[in-house]
Amino acid sequence: MSRRLFVGVFESEDDTLAAVSASRRSGFKVVDVYAPYAVHGLEEAMGLAPSRLPWIVFLLGLAGAAFKVWFEFWTTAVDWPLNVGGKPFNSLPAFVPVTFEVMVLCAAVGAVISLFFVCRLFPSKKAVAPVAGVTDNRFAVVLEESDSTFVTSEVQRMFERFHAVHVEEQIEEAR
Amino acid sequence: MAEAALALRPPLIEGEKTPAQVTQDVCAPMEARPSALWWAALLVSASLLLLGVVSITYEIATGIGTWGENRTIGWAFDITNFVFWIGIGHAGTLISAILFLFRQRWRTSVNRAAEAMTIFAVMCAGIFPVIHTGRPWFAYWMFPYPNSRGSLWVNFRSPLIWDFFAIATYFTVSAMFWYIGLLPDLATIRDRTKSAWRRRVASFFSLGWNGSYRAWQRYEVVYLMLAGLGTPLVISVHTIVSWDFATAVLPGWHATIFPPYFVAGAIFSGMAMVLTLMIIARRLMHLEEYITLRHIDRMCKLVIATSGIVGLSYATEFFTALYSGNRYEQFVFFNRALGPMYWAYWTMVSCNVLIPLLLWVKRVRTSVAAVFVISILINVGMWFERFVIIVTSLSRDFIPANWFHYAPTGVEVATLLGSFGLFFTLFLLFCRFVPVIAVAEVKGVLKHGRSRPEFNHE
Repeated sequence: MSRRLFVGVFESEDDTLAAVSASRRSGFKVVDVYAPYAVHGLEEAMGLAPSRLPWIVFLLGLAGAAFKVWFEFWTTAVDWPLNVGGKPFNSLPAFVPVTFEVMVLCAAVGAVISLFFVCRLFPSKKAVAPVAGVTDNRFAVVLEESDSTFVTSEVQRMFERFHAVHVEEQIEEAR
Repeated sequence: MAEAALALRPPLIEGEKTPAQVTQDVCAPMEARPSALWWAALLVSASLLLLGVVSITYEIATGIGTWGENRTIGWAFDITNFVFWIGIGHAGTLISAILFLFRQRWRTSVNRAAEAMTIFAVMCAGIFPVIHTGRPWFAYWMFPYPNSRGSLWVNFRSPLIWDFFAIATYFTVSAMFWYIGLLPDLATIRDRTKSAWRRRVASFFSLGWNGSYRAWQRYEVVYLMLAGLGTPLVISVHTIVSWDFATAVLPGWHATIFPPYFVAGAIFSGMAMVLTLMIIARRLMHLEEYITLRHIDRMCKLVIATSGIVGLSYATEFFTALYSGNRYEQFVFFNRALGPMYWAYWTMVSCNVLIPLLLWVKRVRTSVAAVFVISILINVGMWFERFVIIVTSLSRDFIPANWFHYAPTGVEVATLLGSFGLFFTLFLLFCRFVPVIAVAEVKGVLKHGRSRPEFNHE
């Protein structure tokens, strides 16, 4: 199913934030906003739910640390106990540094891989942006023309109130 | 009052830039032909790198006997170089992770280059323990994998294994942190470049980044988490490096002060190296408006703080030795300051404690030439710090019959020069092919189109 999109292009962060807030107040559905940098406060303006990535990372870190403690115990005290300087085979305090490092490694690698996975980023992926310049100096606010209450001229006037430099309608083909 | 202070505070980036100008200013030097100066610098660095390759090849083919080490002094130049480079590698993560968590927004101008420096410094550091093993082709034995030697596992109680895990993790996490930060900038290059091969490379590595805010939101979360993980990591790495020494019973090494002492020293030397490189890069790439005198001033203040901690550690070590009543411990410290290698000790003290005192003077902090010279002297001093700790402690330990002296051979000096060659070759290539300034992050601290005060923590 294809959908009709309404794109407003802005040149400053303040205008973009104001336009997004105004669109949501008027009851329009903000599909996405394209920005050259992470604009602080846009998250709230767009009404995005907080990311759940921290939980994934926490669990991965925990799993990595748990595995490493078990592995160090198993190799040092079970599989082939070696007497090193008369120290106990299961010397837990000595396992702390490596466990910490493996926890950080698992959490960090997990964070990056989950980011790529959740955002569907992969090598050589074709970048699709509604207008050119969103990686340079343009901000694009994309609204969905969801129902009959969407009056194009009204939205256009609203965007122009926030100094939109360009406004256009696009048809997004079904994915 | 607060509003007045905010209004009066000068911008982080000079010249009232717009986002488009930032893109242009950072990307233009990469798209132009390299200057003659760049070629000359690359030629010198690549020659040094070649020297290093030759000397390491010779050492591996012949044996560790090509070095000046002996049965008394088993760690000398190689481990000094290792600790020196790994210390330099700490500033990048300090700037990118710790200063990020502290919301020090001035970091945006220097973090990219500092992170690159970290990665290259860790690469240089990694070479030394591997060749020091004498049989570098067995370096993979450090990894605990099921093997045909009865599955003989590595000794997880050994600080050397901790070190292996720390360095490997640090390298991986730093490289990922750097790449994640680079992602939006690669997309910027992809969208603006005219050269076909550059676009192809940029679109491969930019992973289809299109500036969608749904991606930006998660990106910011991941960046924050990497910073949060990187902060304890950077402290753990040099702590573990210091345990390589502190867990031994040797006087001069066996000290509980070592972890904070080493971490402060690492940040100190790393900041000095960042200053050296940034002063060169801002001149070479014409980035004076991005890396301003205020950035240099901030970094100098970090240098002052860490230099103070290092100086305090030197004094504490002496006091602990005197107060311990342990004759061996006392002897080591008198030997450091007044023994045959007194010159190394006093080079260390003057470069690390006395000369940085000049930075308390604002006139010195705002003179680029003075800061450049001081930053190089600090690097010399920090190299000598590791040399003093390692060599003087080993050369005269408990029994005078064991005492011996140490002098580096040509091969060792050539290997050290080679590591500088590797470092600077990589850094020059980085300046040429990767945006030296984090474009997307700098756009976020411009005054352009922003009315909200966001600078109250910078």
